[in-house]
Amino acid sequence: MTVAISVSNLQKSYASGTIALKGISLEVEQGDFFALLGPNGAGKSTFIGIVSTLVTRSGGKVRVFGRDVDTHVYQTKIDLGVVPQEINFSQFEKVGDVVRTQAGYYGLPRKLAAERSEKYLRQLGLWEKRNDRSRSLSGGMKRRMMIARALVHEPRLLILDEPTAGVDIELRRSMWDFLLEINRAGTTIILTTHYLEEAEQLCRNIAIIDEGRIIENTSMKKLLLELDSHAFILDSDATLEDEVDIDEPGLSLRKIDSHSIEAVLSGGRDINSAIAALDRLGVRIISMRNKANRLEQLFLSRLRGNGGEGN
Amino acid sequence: MFSDHRLVAFETIVIKEVRRFTRIWLQTLFPPVITISLYFVIFGNLVGGRIGEMGGYRYMEFIVPGLIMMAVIQNSYSNVVSSFFSQKFQRSVEELLVAPIPNYVILSGYIAGGMARGLCVGLIVTLMSLFFADLGIHSPLITVSVVLLTSLVFSLGGFINAVFANNFDDISIIPTFVLTPLIYLGGVFYSIELLPPFWRVVSQLNPIFYMVNTFRYGILGTSDIDVAWAFTMLLLFIILLYGCCIWLLRKGTGVRS
Repeated sequence: MTVAISVSNLQKSYASGTIALKGISLEVEQGDFFALLGPNGAGKSTFIGIVSTLVTRSGGKVRVFGRDVDTHVYQTKIDLGVVPQEINFSQFEKVGDVVRTQAGYYGLPRKLAAERSEKYLRQLGLWEKRNDRSRSLSGGMKRRMMIARALVHEPRLLILDEPTAGVDIELRRSMWDFLLEINRAGTTIILTTHYLEEAEQLCRNIAIIDEGRIIENTSMKKLLLELDSHAFILDSDATLEDEVDIDEPGLSLRKIDSHSIEAVLSGGRDINSAIAALDRLGVRIISMRNKANRLEQLFLSRLRGNGGEGN
Repeated sequence: MFSDHRLVAFETIVIKEVRRFTRIWLQTLFPPVITISLYFVIFGNLVGGRIGEMGGYRYMEFIVPGLIMMAVIQNSYSNVVSSFFSQKFQRSVEELLVAPIPNYVILSGYIAGGMARGLCVGLIVTLMSLFFADLGIHSPLITVSVVLLTSLVFSLGGFINAVFANNFDDISIIPTFVLTPLIYLGGVFYSIELLPPFWRVVSQLNPIFYMVNTFRYGILGTSDIDVAWAFTMLLLFIILLYGCCIWLLRKGTGVRS
């Protein structure tokens, strides 16, 4: 399998003295949908900045599809599309002009640039807005325009730095569908996000970065399998008069308010055993939800293990 | 000069720049025309009528070349400084930096945009001046080449200013406190023959003085300076400023972390 991006011993110290990256090594395979997670200030955006050449690195190597970014500047930039965290387009330009101009920067002739702009603006639901000033777009539309702009030269590797930040849930899910579609079509995607549910839904592999170091780099499946307990909140149909306090091997039930019970399952026990135990107490369950996102639990436990923030 | 994709990138930057200054024509093209017209009316007609001749020409005819050059200098400079700084401020400069565009293409695009505005305003002012003075052109080659080289020099200067600027004050300091005094003291309104010997020498240290006088020579055929030396100086400035711009872009000063 071809490696889409490979970084080795990547380091970055800013003039202020801040050490943002302390020797990161990472590989992302072609076709992957890869999550790069970490708390604020962990070094994710610096990593993306270095790969996209907006940040100069202090040490280490970066290769995109096997080519060194220092010696194959043109081809590595052609292979790369970046959607940054911050809004970074001219607020005074029309939506269509922003995307077409970017196509021009990548050397696409005017006709092809117009075709590609239309294709991606349509796919991202912005075609009707093409003649509007970009500053007039809503937050979600601005994000989608930045995705269209990053895709207009059809890169093989797309890096998205928190693309759904501040985007409502409906729009977020439609963006997920779009990203999954282009990933299935062959585009390798690296995603940073604070929505861990998003990473769990979309990504096959994951790296967690904290204080400038990679503290976890594995497949999403393996990581989630490591989770040996699951906590659920169960809602009863009636007011719970008595205490609910069951503590059996692999099953713990505890009343948390007049209508809710926390169930913690481990050792292979399933949710049916919790519902059956409550049924024996005459408690009927009408709905349930995860207490916390599974990946969130793992993420926090990793950060605690690294001595970082997690509480 | 450019291979295909570089040529497309260059064209794209130039088109974007021209689109920008024509979109905001009320801020970019119109004010200099009003200002220079006022100079024509007040200094040329009202005051100039009392001054009589300067350098062997009617005062109005004497100041027209300097005023055209002033418009070219100010607009070439301010187009590049405000456009590039605005891109830095909005972070849209990142669009350029992530794309496979060599630094010299980025620089050429912005410089061409600055020259386009400078020459555009210069042309409008020249047409305006025809209402006030009968202008012939003594040497078309010198006239055209000096105006092109001068707008190139000040576009490069504007680019350096933009690279170092951190806020909007920084893009107005140089035009206000350096450029305007140099233009006013650069022989736009007077011949240095009128100055005492000391100030005559001081004036000769002002590069704009050479540009204005060379342009005046191209139009009127009269000049206070050696035209060949003026062109040599212009070329030296271009080489120096161009080298400086490329070095700054390569270092990523002001644009990369």
